[in-house]
Amino acid sequence: MIRPTYAVFEHQLVAYRRTWRGSVLSSFLLPVLFLLAMGFTVGGYVDRAGGLSVRYVDFIAPGLLASTALQIAVGESTWPVYSGFKWHRMYHAMQATPVRVTDMVRGHIGYVLLRVGLSAAGFLVVMGLFGTLHSAWAPAALPVAVLVGLATAAPVFAYSASISTEGLFAVLLRVAVIPMTLFAGVFFPVGSLPLWARILAYVSPLWHGVELSRAATLGTATAWGVWAHLGYLAVWSVVGYLLATHRFRRRLAD
Amino acid sequence: MSVAEPLIAAHGLVKRFGDFTAVAGIDLEVRAGEAFGFLGPNGAGKSSTMRMIGCVSPPTGGTLRVLGMDPVRAGSAIRARLGVCPQQDSLDPELTVRENLIVYARYFGIPRKVARQRADELIEFVQLTERADDTVEPLSGGMKRRLTIARALVNEPAIVLLDEPTTGLDPQARHLVWERLFQLKQRGVTLVLTTHYMDEAEQLCDRLVVMDGGKIVAEGSPRQLIERYSTREVVELRFAEAALDTYVGKLEGIGERLELLPDRILLYAADGDLAVAAVADRALRPSSVLVRRSGLEDVFLHLTGRTLVD
Ligand SMILES: Nc1ncnc2c1ncn2[C@@H]1O[C@H](COP(=O)(O)OP(=O)(O)O)[C@@H](O)[C@H]1O
Ligand SMILES: [Mg+2]
Repeated sequence: MIRPTYAVFEHQLVAYRRTWRGSVLSSFLLPVLFLLAMGFTVGGYVDRAGGLSVRYVDFIAPGLLASTALQIAVGESTWPVYSGFKWHRMYHAMQATPVRVTDMVRGHIGYVLLRVGLSAAGFLVVMGLFGTLHSAWAPAALPVAVLVGLATAAPVFAYSASISTEGLFAVLLRVAVIPMTLFAGVFFPVGSLPLWARILAYVSPLWHGVELSRAATLGTATAWGVWAHLGYLAVWSVVGYLLATHRFRRRLAD
Repeated sequence: MSVAEPLIAAHGLVKRFGDFTAVAGIDLEVRAGEAFGFLGPNGAGKSSTMRMIGCVSPPTGGTLRVLGMDPVRAGSAIRARLGVCPQQDSLDPELTVRENLIVYARYFGIPRKVARQRADELIEFVQLTERADDTVEPLSGGMKRRLTIARALVNEPAIVLLDEPTTGLDPQARHLVWERLFQLKQRGVTLVLTTHYMDEAEQLCDRLVVMDGGKIVAEGSPRQLIERYSTREVVELRFAEAALDTYVGKLEGIGERLELLPDRILLYAADGDLAVAAVADRALRPSSVLVRRSGLEDVFLHLTGRTLVD
């Protein structure tokens, strides 16, 4: 049944209608500025050194697209979810209605994915304007970004529903999000990393998203094949979703 | 569900949290159109009971039927017909008053147009028209409470569950809430509420149970309970000269019963003035004397040996 799920999604949309202006800066302008700054300044040095087979800006743009998806997914799955249990108690309000836990998780993640999709679409347009799209597959980078969003939002939903102090968000950022952003192939090929770090990159969902995203906008082959990367992200998504519903149930049960 | 079947029926209902028993086997029935109350101090198990009735907390033992259905198996169907005002507010502070109602109505699958219309009616009912398009965050506690009550009515529920609807409100805000609840009651809405304010229970409840330590210690209408467990009048005596307990022996035999509280002595008597005269006869000099009618507070004190609100 879609209805209560949709009502949860709609609630978030009503809130977004009030706050979207404030989020444009962080979820669109900053990533774009970052792309331009890195791509055209750092890129100048990198291209002169000639280590890559493509322009640096072309290399990092699809990576930044995937990492933007990750940032937004994490941002929208941490505080808002935690607050839904602890402060605003939004989930407790829903619990007293016909809304079920699966509706809460699906409806809210659905909204997070909408946010990821909107930012990714804007980012892709900017990428096009700056001539970084080199393949007819480029539009596929959008669903890839959404999939990266799902593969990260779902487990983070589970995390946010489990912790009882906000301090643990800093741990999530330091242990998972920041290392992933730095070492999962967004800024340089993981091939240049030592083996142990490369393995960590392979474990992270972001690296697989970056591979797919790059394949889409550059028309190049991926490291492990498209289906392997898609499958890996699907595993994160499904396991994350199951964990999230489990943790939500736990949190609301007493 | 037959006409005669109660809307809520609990038998031997138990709620345990680990080793701790919050609700220790209670029996109760609530019939359509009744205003039913749980009166008891903090920790009595009122919220735990309400949450089981509200189908958000599964019973640990006993049987419970709400609207003729089993809360564990038909939770979602039951919740669709309940209105809940939880003890702790759960409004969305970033949305406006109106948006809070509409968003919540949508959880019940109410079409958008109907939701808007009901939101307008309910905003008027709880007297928030002027604040309808303001965000909830800066509203006063009383306004938030009224909005929560409005929200509980958005699905035109068969039963409204109110967990401490006025706790923490100032007297004026409390009276405004009582007024609204009284109107609901007059419209024939079935109300189930918890409170630790005896005046609230007396004013709003047709029938109530007194809860203490997870058990129901008495049941009846406010008037029945007072008749059964207290005398018609009470004399409150304060003494300034010596420790209160030294007077207990000296007052023996006056009235039917005596209660020693930290700051005063209560004498229970059918006729308060006669009791006061008897005190004077014994040459005792209280620093203050107050004769009043018995209330639920006295019922509670008699049943548990403790006062309701400390
Ligand atoms: N989720 C819970 N886990 C453990 N103990 C709880 C929980 N909820 C309530 N209790 C305990 O159960 C007792 C009854 O609580 P409650 O039903 O909230 O009482 P009341 O609403 O009458 O104040 C209290 O001692 C409280 O600490
Ligand atoms: Mg309570």
